[in-house]
Amino acid sequence: MYRGGTGQWAWLLHRGSGVGILLFLLIHILDTGLVLFGPEVYDKVVKIYTHPVFRVGEVGLAAAVLYHGLNGIRITMLDFYPELSPRQRPLFYGVVSVFVLVIIPVAYLMLAPLF
Amino acid sequence: MTELSPIGARPRPAGGLELYAWLFMRVSGIALLLLALGHLAIMHLINSVDDINFAFVAARWANPLWRVYDWFLLFLALVHGFNGVRVMVDDYVRSPGLRVVSLVALYSLTLFFLFAGSLVILTFHPAIGN
Repeated sequence: MYRGGTGQWAWLLHRGSGVGILLFLLIHILDTGLVLFGPEVYDKVVKIYTHPVFRVGEVGLAAAVLYHGLNGIRITMLDFYPELSPRQRPLFYGVVSVFVLVIIPVAYLMLAPLF
Repeated sequence: MTELSPIGARPRPAGGLELYAWLFMRVSGIALLLLALGHLAIMHLINSVDDINFAFVAARWANPLWRVYDWFLLFLALVHGFNGVRVMVDDYVRSPGLRVVSLVALYSLTLFFLFAGSLVILTFHPAIGN
């Protein structure tokens, strides 16, 4: 489908981030399900998410959702406005720029409690 | 119009169920932009993982609108993710037997998580805490 270049990277990152988000979603459905077993069980388990390793994972999750969403906008634009397809590369650079601009303050807010 | 795009995206399916699945990915994707990014902003930026506990969930789900929000997020994210993996099975799993096994597992897992998640959102009552 792709012959290398930015389009292929955009596509590969889209798949990778999608699978990662889905795996977290399944874990998250199970951990939230523990709320039915009362506060002792639930509070003990969700406290794990405050561990430094999970705070870094939290930034990873935010990054995956942000990239997948921004690149999803790019894909949808190209699908419904095929006349934009010669510009898929600048659109991808736009995705990367917005991603970087947003993820830096988000990562700072999420990791600040560690320092 | 696809000739404009020699290295373009997955072509729009011609019709039938695949066209609806293709359209669903775009429409649910736009809805998920608001629902998922909104959920992340509320839970991780306005609040944080330090604030989330049983009391937090009970206070939040006291308002049925948040249960509606969370259920739409659950449903759309799960079906969007499920369909994404279904496309990947189509792409990568070549053996006919393994395809059947993968798809059965995929449909079963999705139905299980949809049922479990809906049960939690719809039946939670803070009195469990007493």
